[in-house]
Formats: sequence, structure tokens, C-alpha cells
Amino acid sequence: MAYVVITFLCLSILLYLLLGGADFGAGIVELFTSSKNRSRTRETMHHTIGPVWEANHMWLIIAIVILFVGFPRIYSVMSVHLHIPLVILLLGIIARGTAFVFRHYDAVVDEMQVLYNRIFAYSSFVTPLFLGILAGSVIAGKIDLQATDFLSAYVYSWLHLFSIAVGFFTVALCGFLASVYLIGEADTTSDKIRFTRKAKSMNIAAVACGALVFVAAALEGIPLVNWMFGSAISLGAVMAATLSLVLLWYWLSQGKAKKVRVLAGFQVSMILLAIGHPVFPDFVLLASGDNLSLLQHQAPHSTMQALGLALLIGSVLILPFLFYLIYSFQKKAPGYTH
Amino acid sequence: MDDFLAARSQMALSLGFHIIYACIGMVMPFFMAVAHFRWLRTNEAAYQNLTKAWSKGVAIFFATGAVSGTMLSFELGLLWPQFMEQAGPVFGMPFSLEGTAFFIEAIALGFFLYGWNRFNKWFHWFTGVVVGISGLASGILVVSANAWMNSPAGFDVENGAFVNVDPIAAMFNAAWFTQALHMTIAAFAATGFAVAGVHAFMIMRKQNVAFHARALKIAASFGAVAALLQPLSGDLSAKDVAQRQPAKLAAMEAHFHSQEAAPLIIGGIPNEETKEVDYAIEIPGMLSFLVHGNFTGLVEGLDKIDPAHLPPVTVTHFAFQIMVGIGMFLVLVSLLYFGTLWRKKIWLNNRLLLWLFVLATPLGFVAVEAGWVVTEVGRQPWIIYGVMLTSDAVTPMPGIAYSFYLFTAIYVSLSLIVIFLLYRQIKMVPHLYDTSKKEIHS
Repeated sequence: MAYVVITFLCLSILLYLLLGGADFGAGIVELFTSSKNRSRTRETMHHTIGPVWEANHMWLIIAIVILFVGFPRIYSVMSVHLHIPLVILLLGIIARGTAFVFRHYDAVVDEMQVLYNRIFAYSSFVTPLFLGILAGSVIAGKIDLQATDFLSAYVYSWLHLFSIAVGFFTVALCGFLASVYLIGEADTTSDKIRFTRKAKSMNIAAVACGALVFVAAALEGIPLVNWMFGSAISLGAVMAATLSLVLLWYWLSQGKAKKVRVLAGFQVSMILLAIGHPVFPDFVLLASGDNLSLLQHQAPHSTMQALGLALLIGSVLILPFLFYLIYSFQKKAPGYTH
Repeated sequence: MDDFLAARSQMALSLGFHIIYACIGMVMPFFMAVAHFRWLRTNEAAYQNLTKAWSKGVAIFFATGAVSGTMLSFELGLLWPQFMEQAGPVFGMPFSLEGTAFFIEAIALGFFLYGWNRFNKWFHWFTGVVVGISGLASGILVVSANAWMNSPAGFDVENGAFVNVDPIAAMFNAAWFTQALHMTIAAFAATGFAVAGVHAFMIMRKQNVAFHARALKIAASFGAVAALLQPLSGDLSAKDVAQRQPAKLAAMEAHFHSQEAAPLIIGGIPNEETKEVDYAIEIPGMLSFLVHGNFTGLVEGLDKIDPAHLPPVTVTHFAFQIMVGIGMFLVLVSLLYFGTLWRKKIWLNNRLLLWLFVLATPLGFVAVEAGWVVTEVGRQPWIIYGVMLTSDAVTPMPGIAYSFYLFTAIYVSLSLIVIFLLYRQIKMVPHLYDTSKKEIHS
């Protein structure tokens, strides 16, 4: 059952990055859109992301619950030593979640909307930045359980070049995912062209930030190169992601929205696989080298059994409805009244 | 402010706000579904408009409930890592099921809010009902996790480690049923009276009366039925607490000395020095009756509790009195409401009743908060009753006071914005939702 639970954990992290990431990315796209096109972007976004955004957000909750029920030691170490970035992540989630609802459900449209929009856009940037920082800190091996002073215990554990580079890389990936997603949802050709252009620039940004991650890893002494090119699976995943870039740009220029969408999802999954595979089964790398492994630090057998079952039953209940939800709102609304 | 107090205050604040958002988010979908049902049946436009107006409220409260709930799932670890490390695998089961329930709720809400004119109208209605049912399920599951802290089950402690873990037994702990029942009914009563009060106020101001009257009737009926059921569930809870957590019951009642034929203490100010309750009304034998069903039974007092493990008496006692007092007031309003309906009085003209509803608007939630204080403060100093002390669970990270100030600012501003939004929703009723004038003309 441990492997069932771990699979669900990986799946929810991946889906949060893909779906929640597209969600964050929409705000990033809005942030980097010229003011004259902003309201059109917002309109497209509301129609595409509105129905699914609450569901997207659930993947994070699932991941957190799996961590504290199934891997409590890992959850507690992260909660203590990554307290500060977790709080900032939370602030971002709160700000953008509420701003999104406020701007679409406020009965009056006036200057308050400007405020909601601004909060939404900025927090859409901050949230994936800190999500990336957290991901970077978890594998950077800088968390020192023996540290006694405030800075080493609670600040240097996450504030370093590598995690910040991963943070910006995550932001760029989210912006890329969102613009790719929005191409297929655009109502007019000019919007389509705009989102395609955005997807291209976000892709360039992502590749550049990806390169920065390698530079930062080298400076911080993190064996990222060994991880990414050391095993056949990682190497294969990196190659697949890189080679598919050519296809991506070709399809982008051809305007093949749906194919590009699948390909973008594939690339992000490959990146996660390339980094996740060599680190597994460790989840949090510690300064002492005494890493927290998903296999060694799992909850008692009876809990893993129950958790695995709950996840399996839950997915049987959830997935069909979720697919139907996404499928239903893929078609354009005949009489949209909200 | 020391870190321990800051951590406790932050948790109290977070839960205190979340409980309001969550209750409304859990109960309002039912009001909405009833209005929607009426519309589908009668084709009366006012009901359609009411459904739409309420659905905006549901969306706002769902979102704030969801983010504040997300905050809590992080804060459990951020503030109480030692507790979560030990307890997570034991009491985590309801949280994993709650994940499913909440996910279904989010999906159903997506269907409902964006599904107007897209689906079969009864399917669309049904998705609204699913929002309510799954919300209710997640509420019950979360309360079951809290009940475990009051009534730990499903594990043994050996050398400080939790062994022989049985997550199912932990979920169905001795307290889960009475606590979940009490909380669910409270959510219906509080939300019903809060919503009814707002609409009653608008009726008194003679604005869009047709619209608000329909709204008031639905919300008030839910609230009144719940308020009338609540004393029964309260009695079950009190008996249960007496058995499982005598210290909490003694603190609720400010019952300092163990005695037979114990009196029920109403009001009064507990004096923790002299161990007396000043200025209280005492009903002889009544506490023994409530706990044991006879007037002579022995009720354990605070003197039986290890002084190191005494819960704060004054806070718990006051909170309990406030909860019960408000509960009784709501019962009274409910009786008056049903009486008026039964005698076919034109209740719209009954200004006293409308005033009482307006007065009750915040009271249900005051009672919910007070009840929650009874449960949580009454359990102190334990985080897991009889097993782990709250002070042993707190995070080692210093500077939690800053985190507390930050979260206070967030919750306060979030609440101000929500109130502002609701005010704007109500202000827009004449323009967006009320079609009664058009009806009259046609």
C-alpha cells in the first residue's frame, strides 16, 4: 500500500503543478499583459479557469494530507524548518483565491475591481515563486536539524541561490502552461496570436531559468547534473523534454492548440520525473545526509493501509466527475448567464 | 507575548474565523437548493433570482472557507509539529476522507455556478444539492478529527511513541457522534438565523419585500427547526462530556467541589481563589439530574482534578453560559415564528418578530464560537486529552508572535472584505434580482 500512497502523492504534486500551475500562470500572464489587452485576457481566463479552479486547488490539500497522515515526520520537519516560506506560500494562496472570487462575484463593478485584479496578479506571481522555493529547499540538502541559531535553522534552510532559481523556474513554467492552455480557449484570432506569442516568450523564459537552476546548483554544490544525467530514466526524461521543444515550437507556429497543450504537460511531467527519480525514495534531503525517505518514514502499516484505500475510493468517486467537469466546460457555453 | 501563547492565539483565531466561513459555506447551499427547487416547480422568477443571489454568497463563502481551511491544514504543522508528527497517522483518517468530500464539493460547485443553461435543469439543481451534502460530510469528518483530541482512541502509548495504531477506531471515537451532531445542528441554526436576520432587516426597511420575504421564510425555517432540536443534542453532549471529560464538565459548570445532589449553576462569576461562584442562581440537584438522570447522583468537581491539569474555569464557564443562553433565546424566537405561521398571522407585519430576527443575526454565531471555546479551552492543558500536553506540542520556532499579528491582520481584512461584498450584494438586490415590480406591472 505504501507505493499506492506514494503514487498518489507524486500524482497530486504533478497535477497541482500542471493544473494549479496553469491557474497561477493565468495570473502571471495577466501581470505581463499590456493594459489594453488585460481585460480580454481576464475574460478568457474567467471562462476557462472559473469552473475548475477550486478543484485545481484541491491537489495541494491532497498532497498535504497525504504527507501528514502517511509521512508525519517529513511533514513536521518541513513545517518547522520551512515555516517562513510556507507562510508566504499560504499568504499567496489566500490572496489569489479570494481575489479571484471577489472580482467575479462582487455585485458592483467599480474601482475595487482594480484592487482585486492587482492582488490577484501579484499573488499569482508570489505563490508559484515560493512553491518553487520550497521544492528547491526540499532537495537542496541545506536543512540542518541540529542548527540552533535562528538564521541557520529557519532561514538558510530555504534562502539560497538554488531554491530561488527553482522558484523563478516554477514561475516561468506556470506562465508557459497557462499561455499554452489559453491558446485553445481564445475566442478570436487576435487573442490566439497573443497567447501564442506569450507561450513562446514564457517558454524562452523557462529555458533560461532552467539554465539558471543548473548554474545555481553548481555554485551551491548540489549534484543536480549527476541526478539529471546519471540514470537512464532521468537522462531519457531530460532528452524527451528537450527534443520535444522543437516539436512544440513547430506546433506553436502551426497553431495546433490542443497538441501543444498535451506536449507542454508532457514536458513539465518529464522535468519532474527527471528530478524526482534519482532523489526517490528520499523526499527531504538534510544537511547531515540523513535524508528523510518516503519508505523509511512512513506511518504505521494500518494507517498506510487505510490511507491507500481512502485514496483509491476517493479517486473512483472524484475522477469521473472531474473529467466530466473539464469535458463539459471545454465546449463553448451556449447561453452563459453568469 | 510568548511563543506558546502566540501559537495558541493564532490557532484560536484561525479556527474562530474558519468555523464561521465553513458553517455558512456548508449550510447555505441547502437554502439555495430549496429556492432553486421552488423555482423549478413554480417557475416563479423571484425564486430563480433568489437562487442566483444566494449562489453568489455560497461562492464567496466557499472560497473563504476553502482558503481558511487550507491555512489550517498548514498551520497544524506550522504551530504544532510535535502533535502532528505523533497524531497525524492516528487521527488523519477523517482528513483523508474529508479531502474526497471537499473535492466533490469543489467539482459540484463548478458545475453549479457555471452550469446555468448548460445542463438538464434537474441535473443542475442536483449539483447544488451535492455541494450541500459533500460540504456537510466534510464538516462532520473534521469534527470527528477534533473529537479524537477530546476522546483519544485507536492507539496505545509505549515509551512516548504511539503504537498499535487503528485509524478507523480513532475516527469513530467515543465523542465523534455527539460532537458532530451538535456542531451540524449549530451550523444550521446559526446560518439560518444569520441569513434570516439580514432579510428581516430589509423587510423592515420595506425594500424588495417580495424577494426578501421568500428568502426569510426559507432561512428562518431551517434555523428554527435546528434551534428547536439543539437542546436535545446539547443534553446528549453534556452527558457524554460528564462521562469522558469530567474536568471539562466541571469547568463548564464552575463545579468546584465534588458533591451528591449537585446543583445547576446559572450565571455567576467563578472565583478561582475561594472556589465559589459568586452571584449565581442555583437549582438544587439539577446538575446531578442532567448528568445521571437522578437528583442525587455524585458529580465530580474540579477538586478531583490534578491541579497541574486544571482547565481555565472562568473562560469555560462564561462561554458555556453564553452558548446555552443564546440557544434558549433562539428556541424562543423559533417558537414564536412557528406560532405565527401556524396561526396564519401576517408575519410580515409582525414587527416584534422581525426585530427578534434582526437581533438574532449575529447571535447564532456568537453561540457557535462560545461552544467551540467550551470544547477547546475546556480540554486544556491537553492537546490530546490525557495523552499530550499542548505545551509539549508547540513549534520550536521563535517569533510566532509576528506570525500571529500577520494572520490577525489577514483574517480581519478578509472578514471586512467579505462583509463589504455582502453589503454590496444586498445593495444590488433591487437592480439585479428583484423582479417583483415587473411582475406587478405585467
